Amino acid sequence: METDVILSVEGLVASFDTEAGRIRAVDDVGFRVRKGKTLGIVGESGCGKSVTALSIMRLLPKPSGVIEEGAVRLEDMDLLTLAREEMYHVRGKRIAMIFQEPMTALNPVHKIGKQMDEVFRIHFPEMANGQIREQTLSLFDRVGIADPGRRIHEYPHQISGGMRQRVMIAMALAGKPDVLIADEPTTALDVTIQAQILDLIRNLQDETGMAVIFITHDLGVIAQVCDDVVVMYAGKIAEKAGVQDLFHHPAHPYTKGLLLSIPRLDGPRKKKLNVISGMVPSLYELPQGCRFENRCPYAMAVCKSAYPKATRMNQGHTVCCYLYPRGH
Amino acid sequence: MSEFLLTVNDLKIHFPIFRGLFLRKTGSVYAVDGVTFAIRPGETLGLVGESGCGKTTVGRGILRLYRPTSGQVVFKNRDISILPRKEFRQVRRNLQMIFQDPFESLNSRHTVGNILEEPFLIHRIGSARERRERVRELLARVGIQQQAVEQFPHEFSGGQRQRIGIARAIALNPELVVCDEPVSALDVSIQSQILNLLLELQQEMNLTYLFIAHDLAVVKHLSDHTAVMYLGKIVEYADADALYERPLHPYTRALISAIPIPDPMTRGKRIILSGEIPSPIHPPPGCRFHTRCPIAIERCYHEEPMLEAMTGAKDQGGHLAACHRAGEYTD
Repeated sequence: METDVILSVEGLVASFDTEAGRIRAVDDVGFRVRKGKTLGIVGESGCGKSVTALSIMRLLPKPSGVIEEGAVRLEDMDLLTLAREEMYHVRGKRIAMIFQEPMTALNPVHKIGKQMDEVFRIHFPEMANGQIREQTLSLFDRVGIADPGRRIHEYPHQISGGMRQRVMIAMALAGKPDVLIADEPTTALDVTIQAQILDLIRNLQDETGMAVIFITHDLGVIAQVCDDVVVMYAGKIAEKAGVQDLFHHPAHPYTKGLLLSIPRLDGPRKKKLNVISGMVPSLYELPQGCRFENRCPYAMAVCKSAYPKATRMNQGHTVCCYLYPRGH
Repeated sequence: MSEFLLTVNDLKIHFPIFRGLFLRKTGSVYAVDGVTFAIRPGETLGLVGESGCGKTTVGRGILRLYRPTSGQVVFKNRDISILPRKEFRQVRRNLQMIFQDPFESLNSRHTVGNILEEPFLIHRIGSARERRERVRELLARVGIQQQAVEQFPHEFSGGQRQRIGIARAIALNPELVVCDEPVSALDVSIQSQILNLLLELQQEMNLTYLFIAHDLAVVKHLSDHTAVMYLGKIVEYADADALYERPLHPYTRALISAIPIPDPMTRGKRIILSGEIPSPIHPPPGCRFHTRCPIAIERCYHEEPMLEAMTGAKDQGGHLAACHRAGEYTD
């Protein structure tokens, strides 16, 4: 394994058993997260980005969610083969996660200070109570919670959405993780608060050197915070690239279409936007070939045959599309 | 006859707070606190701001879904906020609304055919056959297949449901449509489809839009003029291009600066506002933005700035800002 890679996902297949049969939410997904860097996973609802994150944490809902194949390597350890007890030492401690809606992730009947103390108690059982409180206060201060001495006595419903997300980030950082998975952490927040939280995550990353997996549907956020990007569509990876390549030399027709369809502040007003016509195929009726074929302006006969294999464009940039023959 | 289709004049919408055993009124939420603007026929006014700024309440106040506390809503030279119910109903067919959540705004127990026929039934328009014909035309216009007539809202995706919501809004050939965050619940690739549809319909039917959203890029794309709201007040109003090119209010500047631009070359300096939006129950005295303003001075703490013309004339679409130091903020 390359030395600068902290986490790698290989050939991940995750499925759900539903009344209408088994559906594959994530199909053959692989990527590498570099130490201290931010990997973005971008895609629209149902593309499998959150399921990928939950699979890494082994938190798929049971019993319907199953990881069928693949490996998730944290340095040299395959997380998917760990015993359940061993996974407890990974979650929160080596890999931590923050979610879109912090209200559902916090316990509504406990004060936030108490919830924060508990996280320390789990990760550092040897710590004395007084020391724990000290740590809680200092971590709250570090994530920008003003007047932490007063805030610890408040309940989650008494604080704003932005403040709740700061509490979640503090909890995630308590175990000093190597990797932080952020699943749409700013989607529910206003833009000025989003800017605060993105800034906070960036600063904490600089301080601690942790790697971040940033999951979002917002290409603007991706452009602002990520080093590497994975574009997902209907459970598959469409394209992987460094952030500059992705935005300046996108290869996949889906990536190109997405970039052209966003209204821009510096764009002309009242002009028709570029449109990706049609809809994402249902996971129940996935086509055999490329999943973007029915919406793709460049679709060819071969696109219906099988999902295209990855073509390497250049260092760190691969695309799954028949427009780019392999070995070119 | 005024050149404006809609004029909103010093609109206030306050919600009383009742507390205690005898439900005594203990305060008010000052959701909309003196908002003034006007829209010309066929134009779009974008109303932008963060959650809790009162933008949705303004839209609903115009349609009388909330009762205004004071102020006028003048539609085609008549103050519709005080019209008797019966007369308002006649006007109401010219005023329609598109909602953010197409899951909640369509009755899940009615077929799409029933949903689209309802406006004609309410206003007693056409025979049964004419109504069915009109429903078919509407579906075709918004790009939904004809068999939808027999189907229920849950059988459609978010984007399709929003198309159905739009079909219902345009059914009676309205003049003004209030669009309340019509694309913020949709995926990126579907957003652009809906925005294009709204633009096409505006051109074909000469619709006037009040377009309410939190996404400045989306608002700018659709608007002729843009108004920025903060804590129940308009803080800046200008031609949509001018607002983005030469923002005069420090809040507008910060809002524009906070937008993540989809280009990694633009990373770097942002204006990051500290703190959060104060509660509309106890808005700060003086300028409401002073608690977060990077250039606030003594005067801002006690003297409230008025929305005044910085360039051009106040009622002729000039560039307005409510700030004692308008235009002085340059990083």
